[in-house]
Amino acid sequence: MSTRIFGSGIRRREDPRLITGSATYTDDITLPDMAYAAMLRSSHAHAKIKSIDTSQAASAPGVLAVYTGADIEGQLQPVPCAWLLPDSDLKIADYPCIAKDVVRYTGDIVAVAVADSPYEAYDALDLIEVDYEPLPTVTDPEAAAKPGAPQLHEDIESNQAFHWVVAGGDVDAAFTEAEANGVVVKERILQQRLIPNAMETRAAVAQYNRASGELTLWNTTQNPHIVRFLCSGVTGVPEDKLRVIAPEVGGGFGSKIAVYPADFVTVFCAKSLGRPVKWTETRSENYHATTHGRDHVQNVELAATKDGTITGLRCTVHAGMGAYMSTAAPGIPTILHGLMLSGCYTLPAVKEDVYGIYTNGVPVEAYRGAGRPEATFMLERLIDVLAAKLDLDPTDVRMKNFIPKFDNGHDVITSLTYDSGDYPGGLTKLLEHTGYKALRAKQAEGPRNGKYLGIGVSSYVEICGLGPSQVAGAIGFQGGLWESAIVRVHPTGKVHVFIGASPHGQGEETTFAQIVASEIGVDVNDVKIIHGDTDNTPMGWGTYGSRTTAVGGAALAVAVRKIRDKAKVLAAHLLEASVEDMDYDDGKFFVKGSPDKSKTIQDIALMANVAWNMPEGMEAGLEASTFYDPPNFVFPYGSHLAVVEVDTETGHVELTKYTALDDCGPQINPTIVAGQVHGGVVQGIGQALWEEAVYDDNAQLITGSMLDYALPRADRLPPIEVISTVTPSPHHPLGVKGIGEAGTIASTVTVYNAVLDALRPIGVTQIDMPLTPERVWRAIQGAKGN
Amino acid sequence: MRVPIRITVNGRPYEREVEPRLLLVHFIRDLGALTGTKVGCDTSQCGSCTVLIDGVSVKSCTTLAVQADGASLTTIEGLAHGAELHPLQESFWNKHGLQCGFCTPGMIMASHELLRTNANPSEAEVRHGLEGNMCRCTGYHNIVRAVQDAAAAAAGK
Repeated sequence: MSTRIFGSGIRRREDPRLITGSATYTDDITLPDMAYAAMLRSSHAHAKIKSIDTSQAASAPGVLAVYTGADIEGQLQPVPCAWLLPDSDLKIADYPCIAKDVVRYTGDIVAVAVADSPYEAYDALDLIEVDYEPLPTVTDPEAAAKPGAPQLHEDIESNQAFHWVVAGGDVDAAFTEAEANGVVVKERILQQRLIPNAMETRAAVAQYNRASGELTLWNTTQNPHIVRFLCSGVTGVPEDKLRVIAPEVGGGFGSKIAVYPADFVTVFCAKSLGRPVKWTETRSENYHATTHGRDHVQNVELAATKDGTITGLRCTVHAGMGAYMSTAAPGIPTILHGLMLSGCYTLPAVKEDVYGIYTNGVPVEAYRGAGRPEATFMLERLIDVLAAKLDLDPTDVRMKNFIPKFDNGHDVITSLTYDSGDYPGGLTKLLEHTGYKALRAKQAEGPRNGKYLGIGVSSYVEICGLGPSQVAGAIGFQGGLWESAIVRVHPTGKVHVFIGASPHGQGEETTFAQIVASEIGVDVNDVKIIHGDTDNTPMGWGTYGSRTTAVGGAALAVAVRKIRDKAKVLAAHLLEASVEDMDYDDGKFFVKGSPDKSKTIQDIALMANVAWNMPEGMEAGLEASTFYDPPNFVFPYGSHLAVVEVDTETGHVELTKYTALDDCGPQINPTIVAGQVHGGVVQGIGQALWEEAVYDDNAQLITGSMLDYALPRADRLPPIEVISTVTPSPHHPLGVKGIGEAGTIASTVTVYNAVLDALRPIGVTQIDMPLTPERVWRAIQGAKGN
Repeated sequence: MRVPIRITVNGRPYEREVEPRLLLVHFIRDLGALTGTKVGCDTSQCGSCTVLIDGVSVKSCTTLAVQADGASLTTIEGLAHGAELHPLQESFWNKHGLQCGFCTPGMIMASHELLRTNANPSEAEVRHGLEGNMCRCTGYHNIVRAVQDAAAAAAGK
């Protein structure tokens, strides 16, 4: 049987442990003599702490210790921000692990109780007396930037964390011309605040060895190596004595990129008490303290000629950053957002001003798509508005403005160079596949029983596979963005791969094994992928930004090709042939023209490991390592289509059809690719239709539990149809691009466009997300009243 | 105050003295090796903690351990027969019905209940039957396929 299974949708090797309940997530870890921490979060979103009395709590049954901000002074450094956005006047506010004088959102920790059992630790929290002096609050980023708004941080005027600009071409001239001779369309778009909701909440287990000074931290993280790097700085545990393990991790979606106060506090407790300490977030605590996503107020205008040719895009975005600047936060509404404003189109001029604003909310971080859904929405919504104004089919406007097909680099106005794409080809395939013309004909028949049919389309291109380290440095990312892999072939030909990236549900244990099997011809089941433990994996920058297969997979491909090259030399030696005469196919190295004179990879592995007969100068062993720094980002793209029925009596939106066409290059495992698209699409649909983190006037989170926050459910969704085209990335060793975020980037605006398309005959042109029945109904009533 | 209880989990009896307030899910997870049953929320929304009590599915985060006194529980660890996976486990694996796996034990146990009460559910019935179980990774698409696949496999026997 061939071992070339690149492209095969084989079952995931991760699954047997997951479907039998034998996987180990952080909260599943129990150590001898373990103690349990519970965090007291602030009951106010903004207040001075006048006093804290922990005496009752400290003497409660089972309680080992209660610590406050005073106790960690000098012990825990502030939580660092690791994306220092240049040319933006960035102001990073002090982010204490435990608030001592002022609390600024309801997730601020004011004290921690550690007890023999979790129940006792939570009981103790009820006994801590905190005297607060409430201060005024603000959660709307636009309002927070206005004069007279409540100030979060004394030395940060107008709550403005940064002002970042992307500009190219003469945008003012484009608008002057469009106002005189063309058209200008405008939208005010609220990208509501979202709660990521990884099904596993965050957790930390810290174990300290006083004799050796070594500390092990099990942590729900997407990037254990970054946690080690930053945790060392915050807690003072030297990097070489700190071991961070991301065991099984139950989803992240961006919310497990950041480093968090509670994790450092758990480390502090373990060090102070000399006992292992576990902290596991409750779901409500997760909503109050684990990072949120989106939260943009966008004012956008698009200039075009009367035939629908786009000539300029101008926008101002107020991005809510929450109370403190999370680890990667400054780069999300800027680099990952503003640089993608050209979308799939030839855009001659652009200017965007992004204001990052502190508010009394949970810190806002990367959330699946991270900046790109917010960019795609702006562009793809405005194109539909433009098409409606000019009475053109929105897909025709897209076709008219698409960048023509290219296969090896295309420069856009925002200074990026896209790698490859065929945007017209993708949309054409989607429209044919879904019977777009027939759908429009059906729509033209008019509403049935008060139900209006709507068709929404969007086209996206996204930047992922982050990214070249030199660029990372230039844009202020405080790390590299390469990935690493070590491939070790054992004497029997079995393979261990050690990778720095840290998948947490994306299935790379399977896809990476497929890469190895396909490159050196071992059975896929003979390859083990080891990740998530900083003590036995090489440095890596983590799993986010759809980069693990795109960058980590490239590292692995390069490493395994080194193995193949060495094996070929050794095979030539053993066959007494010259290397130039050797050929390789499907696990066999043979002399050209004499396929019988061959050695298998297993033969070679054995010889390399026993080293009885090696070519002169060749080291023993069959092992290779690579640090792969990508020459560019990768740019997956696609077009999605949604069909909805809107009941004008009730405002209910029924999503009846969803088709995704995505191009992520060659697919290593199409089943896994489709799964990524399904999940991503549904997360984006959630934003369009249901999800919203809502704060009241006192910045209390009123969607503070899963009871109140409307997650997508199985019964609200249609099947998600997934189709694809294949355009390899020219600079990637395997041609592959990322697929983790594509669905989310495309689907929010696709569904939004569909609903607004349905309501166009009624005269509704704008509704703020999420498009709940109430909002849709009110918009319909408003339009009828006009 | 502690109360003596006796609960059989996956065929093995456990006698413990527990606080009346102890949640069943914590009782199960604290037994030592049975951590497959998950806690994903604190309001009984997510269904990650779903187990079978005397064959019927229950969210074990809103059940007190003392309420299950004398009962026989099945958790995800008790579904397979030795090395032979339960058909639902097989179908979740075959149809890529999971990604991060955190909701999966509860999802499989809820699917077990669904098929117990409706051996041949339509797609809509599967979706309705699983509305009390949240998954953030799969968009439910392949979960629905997996449950229908398991139903078809059972019908074929």
